[in-house]
Amino acid sequence: MASNAQDIEKIVDRQYAAGFFTEIDQDTVPPGLDADTIRLISAKKNEPAWMLDWRLKAFARFQQMREPNWAHVSYPPIDLQAISYYSAPKSDKDRPQSLDEVDPKLLETYEKLGIPLEEQKMLAGVAVDAVFDSVSVHTTFRDKLAEAGVIFCSFSEAVQEHPELIQKYLGSVVPVTDNYYAALNSAVFTDGSFVYIPKNTRCPMELSTYFRINAMNTGQFERTLVIADEGSYVSYLEGCTAPMRDENQLHAAVVELVALQDAEIKYSTVQNWYPGDEEGRGGIYNFVTKRGDCRGARSKISWTQVETGSAITWKYPSCVLKGENSVGEFYSVALTNNLQQADTGTKMVHLGRGTRSTIVSKGISAGRSQNAYRGLVRIAPGAEGARNYTQCDSLLLGDRSAAHTFPYIECRNPSAQVEHEASTSKISDDQLFYLRSRGIGQEDAVNMIVNGFCKEVFKELPMEFAVEAQKLLGISLEGAVG
Amino acid sequence: MLEIKNLHAEVDGKPILRGIDLVVRPGETHAIMGPNGSGKSTLSHVLAGREGYTVTGGSVTFNGKPLLELEPEERAGEGVFLAFQYPLEIPGGNNGYMLKAALNGIRAYRGEKELSAVDFLKLVKARVKAVGLDESLLNRPVNEGFSGGEKKRNEVFQMSVLEPRLAILDETDSGLDIDALKAVAEGVNALRDDTRSFIVVTHYQRLLDYIVPDYVHVLSKGRIIKSGGKELALELEARGYDWLTSEAA
Repeated sequence: MASNAQDIEKIVDRQYAAGFFTEIDQDTVPPGLDADTIRLISAKKNEPAWMLDWRLKAFARFQQMREPNWAHVSYPPIDLQAISYYSAPKSDKDRPQSLDEVDPKLLETYEKLGIPLEEQKMLAGVAVDAVFDSVSVHTTFRDKLAEAGVIFCSFSEAVQEHPELIQKYLGSVVPVTDNYYAALNSAVFTDGSFVYIPKNTRCPMELSTYFRINAMNTGQFERTLVIADEGSYVSYLEGCTAPMRDENQLHAAVVELVALQDAEIKYSTVQNWYPGDEEGRGGIYNFVTKRGDCRGARSKISWTQVETGSAITWKYPSCVLKGENSVGEFYSVALTNNLQQADTGTKMVHLGRGTRSTIVSKGISAGRSQNAYRGLVRIAPGAEGARNYTQCDSLLLGDRSAAHTFPYIECRNPSAQVEHEASTSKISDDQLFYLRSRGIGQEDAVNMIVNGFCKEVFKELPMEFAVEAQKLLGISLEGAVG
Repeated sequence: MLEIKNLHAEVDGKPILRGIDLVVRPGETHAIMGPNGSGKSTLSHVLAGREGYTVTGGSVTFNGKPLLELEPEERAGEGVFLAFQYPLEIPGGNNGYMLKAALNGIRAYRGEKELSAVDFLKLVKARVKAVGLDESLLNRPVNEGFSGGEKKRNEVFQMSVLEPRLAILDETDSGLDIDALKAVAEGVNALRDDTRSFIVVTHYQRLLDYIVPDYVHVLSKGRIIKSGGKELALELEARGYDWLTSEAA
């Protein structure tokens, strides 16, 4: 990688010699993964050489790595050579031409979530004439953000427009060597989001999915980088409550957050990828690496997630608490139904003095699903006076689902305080009968109990998101009891 | 209003109710007394539709409808309310929210329009005051962290909002001190009128000093072995159940 600013500028200014690849005039590259695939992706995106170089280095490391197998999930081997690593958005003739061609069950769900018709079409991948994205709204947002000096754009755009920031921060939280899927992502990622909040700036609005809705087809290897400069604040929402279908089964995203001194990042996710049918066929594998770096003193990173989708989820949004008195938080609801498998949790790595972390994890298992919480709390020798509080609750529905808890605590500083509370409970027939005898139908009664169980996490979500998340849980649990 | 004919029910193959006959007319309050294990709670649960009981014979009609064929929530829709002996806790579930869902569930069952949030709030605020509870109750999780007395009063409060046609009080007096007992009784009495009926299940006569019944029935080994007026309760208090159960045997 280039070592100083002058070199970088030179490289950025130089057009990448992409001519060799331009003869491939198609929107989807043939399946397969090798260095040429990566060159092709980079060329398609017209990337500067340093970016390609970075990808290739990641790929070299990736080739020496093995797929991890410690997670409490099982799935058939994934053939990475069978995947196509670059495809432009589907052309209209390949898409369903109207909602009539879409799975009625999916439409039913959209209906229940109260999603407007145009948006339903978009989510279901139906060809639409009018671009859904409302241009005027979009522009207003952009103006407002620009006024505040906030950069919010696609990752590809950021590579072109803000190379100095990308070069400085990309891979600085999740190194390419971090894990198998992170290395793969680093080599082949196609797009994602980039956020930069300047010093002492409070981002004037929640940065949400709706805003970047036209960046939705970022593909299976998404890359997100959020940087909160000193004294700044941002709340970022990703995901969508509507079940999203995708042709790609394997999703391996990487999200990196950097909070400098006195900065705060609040990152909320609602994930509802297609979980597969009742037999678990066709669901998404969601193998994600999310990590936040509390680099500066008194910085704070807070993860809130509501996970109901995907056939397999493998995800541990983590915080590295480097700065003195920095704070990490993780609030999670993970719901699995039918044959879904989730192995999810967090890592709180306390390096700085006086660092604090809170973990509240709520796992709900229904159907024949497997739901595991896996969490690491590591207190390094230098983390004088560090504190962690972990609360990990599991709720079981029916008698064929399973909940597992794998807490790891490594404490190397005697002044630290680490607390861990865990509980496992079942929705009791008596609770259900109590609510039903009041006139509440069975499914509503189950929802009420589940929502009560998740309350501590929901209250961390931005208001509108919380309402949607509650509805979503209800829909995801349909048919789980009775 | 309620007609129970020769009702038989068992739990895990063990017969508990062995031929209950009872008629409750609008506006009447019936007390059901009896020693432990006589089937009092089973009767309450079977009427409200709790799972785990097998009805092996007889019938129950409520306003002309076969009650036993309905789901618990449908029975609530018909106007049956059970005040629990041990009200359940729903951690994190908001009391007011639960009641609103219940009331609107019942209204939907009856083909009535949902109550708006404003009208609902007006209603519950008036009723919560009437049973002498604090308004903050509405925002607390259902029964979580409630004292025994608060739970029972919360049952009466729920009843006052849902306005049932038939309310079954299952040992509502158990675990209450005398002040809480009086408060609960007052709440119940305020709801008594010419159309609403009550079945009060209790061990002790004490509660019946405050909720004065029209009829008293003694349940033993799954059968009503004696029925009478309110004075029967006093007699039981003085003489115990033995003279009756031995008489019946």
